[in-house]
Amino acid sequence: MKQFLAFVKKEFFHIWRDKQTLLILLGMPIALIMIFGFALTTEVKNSKLAVLDFSKDVATREIITELDASRYFDLVGVIHTYKDIEDLFHKGKAKIIIVFPPSFQSNLQHFNTAPVQIIADASDPNVATTLTGYAITIIMDYQKRLTQNKKLPYTIQTQLRMLYNPQLKGTYSFVPGVISMILMLVCTMMTAITVVREKETGTMEVLLVSPLHPIKVILAKAVPYLLISVINIISILLLSMFVLDVPLRGSLLLLLSESILFTVTCLSFGLLISTVTDSQQMAMFISLTGLFLPTIMLSGFLFPIENMPLALRVISNIVPARWYYQIVRAVMIKGLPLSTVWKETAILSGMTVVLLLGSLKNFKIRLA
Amino acid sequence: MIEQPIISAHQLTKRFGNFTAVNAISFEVQKGEIFGFLGANGAGKTTAMRMLCGLSIPTSGTATVAGFDVYKQTEKIKKNIGYMSQKFSLYEDLTVKENIRFYAGIYGKSDEFIKEKTNRLLKQLHLESEANKLVGSLPLGWKQKLAFSAAVFHEPQIVFLDEPTGGVDPVTRREFWNMIYEAAASGITVFVTTHYMDEAEYCNRVTIMVDGRIEALDTPSALKQTYHAATMNDVFLHLARKANRNGD
Repeated sequence: MKQFLAFVKKEFFHIWRDKQTLLILLGMPIALIMIFGFALTTEVKNSKLAVLDFSKDVATREIITELDASRYFDLVGVIHTYKDIEDLFHKGKAKIIIVFPPSFQSNLQHFNTAPVQIIADASDPNVATTLTGYAITIIMDYQKRLTQNKKLPYTIQTQLRMLYNPQLKGTYSFVPGVISMILMLVCTMMTAITVVREKETGTMEVLLVSPLHPIKVILAKAVPYLLISVINIISILLLSMFVLDVPLRGSLLLLLSESILFTVTCLSFGLLISTVTDSQQMAMFISLTGLFLPTIMLSGFLFPIENMPLALRVISNIVPARWYYQIVRAVMIKGLPLSTVWKETAILSGMTVVLLLGSLKNFKIRLA
Repeated sequence: MIEQPIISAHQLTKRFGNFTAVNAISFEVQKGEIFGFLGANGAGKTTAMRMLCGLSIPTSGTATVAGFDVYKQTEKIKKNIGYMSQKFSLYEDLTVKENIRFYAGIYGKSDEFIKEKTNRLLKQLHLESEANKLVGSLPLGWKQKLAFSAAVFHEPQIVFLDEPTGGVDPVTRREFWNMIYEAAASGITVFVTTHYMDEAEYCNRVTIMVDGRIEALDTPSALKQTYHAATMNDVFLHLARKANRNGD
C-alpha cells in the first residue's frame, strides 16, 4: 500500500508540473459549458420576420404585434409587393414572411374563415420547421381568443405540455452531453497518454523490474485522473445549476455514482488503448478518432439516435457515452430513480468489466 | 565453504516464434563480481538480461537469481535486484529528491531510511545544491550517475545495467565506473551489458555473445591470451565476425 501511495504521489507531481495541461483539463469543462450555454444554442430566437399585409386591418395588426412581441421573432420589415418576398430572402434580410390577403378581418367575421400564408426560408430545414411552428402557434392562440365567447359547433382543443423542459431549453440536453465528452477526454485520452509516455521514456521497464505489481502501476496511473474527473463533474454541475439554471431533479448521490462508473469505463478504455500502442501520438489519435468522435456523433447528444439509419443505431449501442448520456438525462432532468436506469447502468458496468479484463490480459501478454 | 553463485543459468533459451534470441546459454556469477555481457546489437544481450530480471519468461532451461527461480519466483527476484535501462530512466519533470524518494518508495523502504540515505547520497554526488532542481535541467553525466544511484538505492543484492554509458563522455564514463567499483566493493553484484570494449577491461569476467550463443567466457586477460589479441576490441572483432545475424 505504501508503495502504491508513493506511486500515486509521483503521478500527481507529473500533473502538477505540467501546468498547461492541468489548466486545460480543469478549464476546458468550464469553457465548454459557457460556450454551449451562451453562444451555441439549438433554440431559434429573434428570427427576422417580414410581413406583406394587403389587408391592414385591426386583426392583422394585432397578429403582427403578437408575433413581434414574442421572443422568437423580430419584425424587420413591412413589404408591399410579392416581388419583394424573393428579394428579401435573396439578401438574407428575412427568415420568414407572413402574407395576409386583402380583407382578412372581414372575411374572418363574415365567412368565419380567412387564409394566411407563411413563407419560410427552408435552406436550413430545421430552422424553417421550427419557425413556422412558432408562427402557427401564435396565430392559433389569437384565433382561440377571438372564439372564446362564441359557441362553435365542433372544436378540438389540443393542449400541449412540454414535460421536464417546458421552455424547450437547449441547455437541458447539452449539459449531460458536455459531461460525457469531458470525462471521455480527460479519462480516456490522458490515461492512455500517461501510460504510453512511460513506455516511450523507458521508465516502464524500470517499473516492471520493481517489486510493484504491474496492475498496481496501472491503477496508480488512473487515480489522479479519477480525482480530476470528479472535480470536473462537480464544477460542471455547479455551473449548469447556478449559471445556466438547469435543474437537478434526481438524487445527487445517484448522479455522482453513475458519473464515477462512467469515469471508470473511460479509464479502462484508456488503459486498453495504452496496451496496444507504443507512442503518445498514436494513443492520442486512437482516443480521438476511436472514442471522441463517436461520443459526439453517436451518443444522441447532437443528433437524435432515433433518426439514424439502422447501421448507425446498432453501432451507437457500443458507445459507452450513449448510455451515460441517457442516464444523466433521466436522473438530472427527469428526476428518475435508479430503478428506471438500471438497464443502462448494467450495460455500462458490463462494458467496464470487459474493457478492464481486456486491458489487463493484453498487459500481461506483452509482459511475457 | 564455497559460496553459492548468486546468478546461475543453465541452457537458458528464449524463442520468439521461429527466432531463437537466446540459445542455450549457461554461466554462473559469484557474489560481488562485476560481470560483463558483451555482444553486437541483436546478439541477445538484452533478452538474456530481461529473463534474469523476471521481465520475460524463458522458453526452456533453468536459472536462479539471488537463489530464486526465474519461472516461479519473479516477485522475490524483483525485490532483490536493481535495474538501469539503456534509456535514461529518471523522470525529467521530477526533482532529484523526488526521483530518489519515488524509486525508494516503490521498493517499500521506510521514510527514515530514505531520508537518511538521500542526504548521504546527495553529499556523495555533490548534488546538495541541486536537490530541488528538476532532473531535466541536469547535464547528462549527472543524470546517468543519479540513475545508477537510484538503481542501487534500495541496497539490492544484484544490479543489472543495460548499456548504462551510452552517449556519455569518457571522463564521466570513468567516474561512472568508479561508482560501479564502489557498489561491487560493498557487496553488490554487478551485471553489465555494454559494447564499449574499453569498459570490458574493467570487468572481472566477460561473456561475449554472438547470435544468441555464448562464444567466450573468461577474465579479460585470459581472453586476450586465448585469442592472441592485444586488446578486448581485437578479441571481440575476432569473435563477432562469425556472426550471421545482422544488428537490429
